Amino acid sequence: MSEPFSIRQYLRPIPLPFCPGCGGLTVMNEFLKATHELGHKNLSNFVFCSGIGCSSWIPSPHFMADSVHTLHGRSIPVATGIKLLRPDLNVVVFGGDGDIVGIGLSHFIHAARRNLDILVIMVNNMVYGMTGGQVAPTTPFKTKTTTTPYGSFEHPLDAAKLAVAAGACYVSRWTTAHPNELKDSIKKALKIQGFRFIEAVSQCPTAFGRRAGFKDVGEMIKWFKENAITVKQAEGLKEEKLTEKIVVGEFVQRQRPTLVETIYKTIEEAQKEIEKN
Amino acid sequence: MRKSPETNAYFWQGNEACAEAALSAGCRFFAGYPITPASEIAEHLSKRLPQVEGIAIQMEDELASIGAVVGASWTGNKAMTATSGPGFDLMQETIGWAFMTETPCVIVDVQRAGPSTGQATKCGQGDVMQSRWGTHGDYSAIALSPNSVQEMFELTIKAFNLAEKYRTPVILLADEVIAHMRERITVPSSESIEIINRRKPKSDEKAFFGLKEIPPMPSVGEGFNIAVTGSTHNEYGIRFTADPMVHRQLVERLNNKIQKHVEEIVEVETCSIDDCQIGIVSFGCTSRAIYEAAEIAETKGIKVGYVRLKTIWPFPEKAVRQLAETAEKIIVPEMNLRQIFYEVQRVANGLTEVIPLNKIGGGELITPEELFEKIQGSVKNE
Repeated sequence: MSEPFSIRQYLRPIPLPFCPGCGGLTVMNEFLKATHELGHKNLSNFVFCSGIGCSSWIPSPHFMADSVHTLHGRSIPVATGIKLLRPDLNVVVFGGDGDIVGIGLSHFIHAARRNLDILVIMVNNMVYGMTGGQVAPTTPFKTKTTTTPYGSFEHPLDAAKLAVAAGACYVSRWTTAHPNELKDSIKKALKIQGFRFIEAVSQCPTAFGRRAGFKDVGEMIKWFKENAITVKQAEGLKEEKLTEKIVVGEFVQRQRPTLVETIYKTIEEAQKEIEKN
Repeated sequence: MRKSPETNAYFWQGNEACAEAALSAGCRFFAGYPITPASEIAEHLSKRLPQVEGIAIQMEDELASIGAVVGASWTGNKAMTATSGPGFDLMQETIGWAFMTETPCVIVDVQRAGPSTGQATKCGQGDVMQSRWGTHGDYSAIALSPNSVQEMFELTIKAFNLAEKYRTPVILLADEVIAHMRERITVPSSESIEIINRRKPKSDEKAFFGLKEIPPMPSVGEGFNIAVTGSTHNEYGIRFTADPMVHRQLVERLNNKIQKHVEEIVEVETCSIDDCQIGIVSFGCTSRAIYEAAEIAETKGIKVGYVRLKTIWPFPEKAVRQLAETAEKIIVPEMNLRQIFYEVQRVANGLTEVIPLNKIGGGELITPEELFEKIQGSVKNE
């Protein structure tokens, strides 16, 4: 690493849209730091896909790269089309919890099942922030949001566990209170193939924190720090104890044949069959 | 395994002709979800695409299918999907996104009887207006309507060519009858098929979403740093979601690039539109009845002229207006409850009386006899 990291090197010179204190900026920063530390002087080997929501604006159009800003929930299918025809490019999806495991949930499961060679970074702020703070599939039980004024009566989804069950090659969860761990995890994920999923638990002071009872950003970060337990620590805990915790760390790392590998092998086999006949 | 067909006659199903035409047009990516009566296109391409180093993949639903197709198109490849009414419903949001991002792609809608699940295996022509106005917002659609297996082939190629030329999604609005019937088809030699490819940018070009009516289209991974978005954007693809002028300029240009080229896009088959007593405007499988009906009418001394719409959208106004100026009455037979009828009435604009002839259910076609009766009745009523 010869040159020092400068975020501007990777960004278009246009203003960023995020609210003060938004955790999305931490995720943006750590992602770009990770690419820098891996030796990418620019993002020319990457294609970024995102959907609709605040975190979809992390790459689009701010990254000085090819960025495809898709519809709400549809970033993974679009990434599928791109990756299958350009297997040489690093395809990275950025999305929020609503985008990835709300409206786009089935694509997430199927991409993990297929072991599609993409990295999905889900910025989980536990709320629909862009539309004003409505309950999300990730909102903790009993939390007040604009559409759950008496507290949420639903239980949240564990996206990381789901990704493991569906077949992902690499799954981790960190929070914006763990920027270094997040960065290292991104670096690790960028070096391997297959379906990789990183959940970055992130603060939305504007649309989540103030209604959920947090005084300021600092309190939210403190909440992440104090409630984070490692995968190992979580192993011995009972289900009801776990609901108050944020389990961080790596959930899985394994090798499976990836979709790019199997699909191109199929093409080869089809060609051989023609030759035979 | 069959080799790629050379100049030759085949006895093909409509869906098979569509799939082979896609290959001839240069399609190298198909993503779809099974649905009657379009599944044979997916099945055929799943076998054939890998043979030409292409990719066919069955996705988890139609939302994913069209999404993957649009993504594939941004790699510089030609891509398509095929579906029927219920799947076409699910694709509408992404078709709007493809229109807004100016992404060439082909969507085949093999129409069946709706609404909803309807009669899944029976023919219908109820998606005419959906192919025009299916997604939200102001947009201009291109939709083509084949009436034979031969035309399934020819219009599939045309669909790809129009998509590439105008950088827009194009809909092949087929129907169950044309898709499932088998008839003789002559496949033209590959040299005789005109293939249009999208215009690529020069290395110093940056305006991929404007300035020109049809801007050049780069692919991802070429170093252009493309910003693609379905939000309102300027000519460089940068979001401007509040500026009234940016929105007006973008959406008006997107509509104009189709509306100002209607003459180049539109294709019709006409007969005696300058000299007839009764006119017919028809399309798709229904239009196969007009030839015999016109013959029967001729023997009874009634001269019939017709416009057969090979292009449905943009609507072929010129030919229909010409027919309206000539014919005493225009009959519009269709397997829906008046969708093209109102378009014909709008274009005729009082010049002549427009008479609907509609039949839905069970996939029953409008027969030449039924059409002739309507012709005869229209004359008698005078």
